Amino acid sequence: MEFAIFVIFAALAMAGALGVVLARNPVHCALSLVVTLISVAVFFLQQDAQLLAAVQVIVYAGAVVVLFLFVIMLLGVDREESLRESLPYQRPAAFVLGAITLAEVLFLAGRTWATGASSQRGSLDERVDGENLGNIERVARSLFTDFLWPFELTAALLVIAVVGGVVLARRSGQPVELLDEAEDEQAEEIEEEVREEAHEEEAVT
Amino acid sequence: MTLAAADVTANYYLVLAALLFTVGAIGLLVRRNVLVMFMCVELMLNAANLTFVTFARELDDVGGQAIVFFTLVVAAAEVAVGLGIIVAIFRRRRGATADDLHILKG
Repeated sequence: MEFAIFVIFAALAMAGALGVVLARNPVHCALSLVVTLISVAVFFLQQDAQLLAAVQVIVYAGAVVVLFLFVIMLLGVDREESLRESLPYQRPAAFVLGAITLAEVLFLAGRTWATGASSQRGSLDERVDGENLGNIERVARSLFTDFLWPFELTAALLVIAVVGGVVLARRSGQPVELLDEAEDEQAEEIEEEVREEAHEEEAVT
Repeated sequence: MTLAAADVTANYYLVLAALLFTVGAIGLLVRRNVLVMFMCVELMLNAANLTFVTFARELDDVGGQAIVFFTLVVAAAEVAVGLGIIVAIFRRRRGATADDLHILKG
């Protein structure tokens, strides 16, 4: 049963991952990403990480992907993208690098390398330490004792992210219409410059 | 029922995580749309998370799962700021492909 579940969701996860890379429409990419994320949540469940499986579905498949879709819709980039490559050697180089990475990681995964002292931060299994605790209590105990300082730093990181998001989304003090015009003018100027440069280059060649 | 009887060892999950990571890495290099590149980064982060959880199981250590928590937080912060940057770029110029941003070159 465990093996059957693994095979089914491994196939789904790979299909979703390939969908993210191959789909031309960004919306399809985001939906493929959901398939992969939920498959990974199932793997978490299979490996006694119930809390993380729930968080994976809520935070990733819920919040993050919705944020992606929101931005896609907001910017109106849900049109198809040409997969044509402008740099000549990028695509073959990408595949070669990917193959090398895969070979390396598979080489490592193929050996028995899960060594070292076990249960350093507390066990996952009731049968080992005899304490009647669920997964959430075990993770929480580790998080609020061994990882307390990183946990506090995480709070700081989130505050920084919120401030960064607000600063990036905010327009500077000018009224909105004026700024829009100014930006349009600026954009036109930049485009003109680029066009002129292109002309010059053509003239040189 | 030979299929169902087979045991799922940690190596199965590690190999799957390696495959997911590779697909994400190739996608990051091949795709031009900045949003899709972001999604590929998420794929790679998920592959790393799967590896952490697998080792947590293998070593019977809850520390691996606690680390995944931090990865999730970092990923959420990264998406919030990254998408903010993309929206800010979009306001300036139409187009969200990496090729459109070549003006950043020195």
